[in-house]
Amino acid sequence: MDPKFLYQEMILDHNKKPRNFGKLDDATHRAEGLNPLCGDHIWVALKVDAETIGAIAFEGHSCAICKASASMMTAAVKGKPIATAEALVEEFRQMVTVGMHATPSPALARLTAFAGIKDLPSRVKCAVLPWHTLDAALHQTANATTEGDADPAASGRH
Amino acid sequence: MNAPAVGPMTPSASTLDIARIRADFPILSAVTVNGKPLVYLDNGASAQMPRQVIDRLVRYHTHEHANIHRGVHYLSETATNAYETARKTVQRFLNAKEDREIIFTANVTDSINLVAHSYGGAFLSAGDEVVITHLEHHANIVPWQMLRDEKGVKLRVAPINDAGEVILEEYEKLFNARTKFVSITHVSNALGTINPVKAMIDIAHRHGVPIMIDGAQAVQHMTVDVQALECDFYAFTGHKLYGPTGIGVLYGKAALLEKMRPHRGGGDMILSVTFEKTTYNTIPFKFEAGTPQIAQAIQLAAAIDYVNAIGLTSIAQHEQALLSYATERINSLGGVRIYGEAKHKSAVISFYVGDVHPHDVGTLLNGEGVAVRTGHHCAQPVMQRFGIPATARASFAFYNTFEEVDALVTAISKVQKLFD
Repeated sequence: MDPKFLYQEMILDHNKKPRNFGKLDDATHRAEGLNPLCGDHIWVALKVDAETIGAIAFEGHSCAICKASASMMTAAVKGKPIATAEALVEEFRQMVTVGMHATPSPALARLTAFAGIKDLPSRVKCAVLPWHTLDAALHQTANATTEGDADPAASGRH
Repeated sequence: MNAPAVGPMTPSASTLDIARIRADFPILSAVTVNGKPLVYLDNGASAQMPRQVIDRLVRYHTHEHANIHRGVHYLSETATNAYETARKTVQRFLNAKEDREIIFTANVTDSINLVAHSYGGAFLSAGDEVVITHLEHHANIVPWQMLRDEKGVKLRVAPINDAGEVILEEYEKLFNARTKFVSITHVSNALGTINPVKAMIDIAHRHGVPIMIDGAQAVQHMTVDVQALECDFYAFTGHKLYGPTGIGVLYGKAALLEKMRPHRGGGDMILSVTFEKTTYNTIPFKFEAGTPQIAQAIQLAAAIDYVNAIGLTSIAQHEQALLSYATERINSLGGVRIYGEAKHKSAVISFYVGDVHPHDVGTLLNGEGVAVRTGHHCAQPVMQRFGIPATARASFAFYNTFEEVDALVTAISKVQKLFD
């Protein structure tokens, strides 16, 4: 696959000017995400109120794919009920590992820009790390990693 | 290893017939990436294999294969002869005194683990110190840490300067009465630094300490003479020397190898076995338990023959010309930082493009057909020393061309434009 289909304007823009980037002082949920293979290292913080994600922020160091994915993820789940966010996490994971559903949900919207990464297996982990981390924060597990059981490239998980 | 004089931006003439050499490597023309010709600059991770070495495997399995050191039948003797001839080829390649000083292993990692376990296990005890450098690959860190955790030995690390060179005075300062072993890399895989190993070996011996050299990134670029170096152990691997994976070498001085205990038990490493007592075989067989990588050892010898036919002096000259040209052209782009600026360097360029993460650089370069390594290069302490998580690394072989350097530079400039 020509990687230029992945490194398109929207993704480059989110990398350059990430949305919801920084700390969230009064967070109710947090998790740390690490991809030890390439060094992507991020933190996701949430403020959950009445089963709804009222506020979300992320910070850390990562490649452009991970950063843009995190930025667009925060924009997509902010103000949404937890159940909606969880469903989106699952749909995103499916899209970048198995492939896009024939009828993607409208919530996926611009995130379909990442669909092509399925053909770059060594980079899938970069795109999926923020989503793993969000999932870990929602379930109050301390951290996420792209290795071991959580490996999105491992077969049979989803 | 001085770089030949290269005029600004003009590739120097090479003594090698690169077009003819490239024709020996089928993969270089068989593979296109994203519709573009393959520009393979990841030779430091694994080099490609010439047809002569590929064909050696076919010939072996067509005419020569059986288990070695066992049968009295024709094929077993043929295979044994080819395997032991391969050992002699390696002996001559390193200029070792005797062929029994050459042990076939799986790779350099395996060789270092053998020494850490067999030498360290027998001769090091709690409080003893092992000296390494800040340049080491994880393969020359972790086995010693395991020994530390097992036996309580201490690990001492010689620091490097901003150019990525070991600071010799600081290295020597680490030696004391408790220093019992030294294990250092010959050439840094992450930065390309060529260590002054002869001086470092002499320092170790002045303090009465045996020393091991990790030659994974050295033997394919320069002549190594273990007798001239006087090192006690030397390790290298087949697949970075245009040979197959799964075969490595450990050279050790016979007197030391004889004193060491075997690290693995099994067939072929014994003289006699009863349930009460086993008598170990002599060296090198004591360290080659079980059926070894027979075909791969024979292919390794074919790879050494191939490299010798081209000549390591011509290889070094061409690679140094590529290094000078690539360094100049990358520096002229502006905004690309090269890590590793040692005075003596092998043909490796570790770099960072602006603030673009190396994995993005690697993916985009791949889109242009250019294969480089991205990541921490199994040398995280080196990355930590320079405060970066990773680099992109172009590592050259004698079959690379100045046009391929141009393709790399063009691809990097495209990354710069995209992330502008």
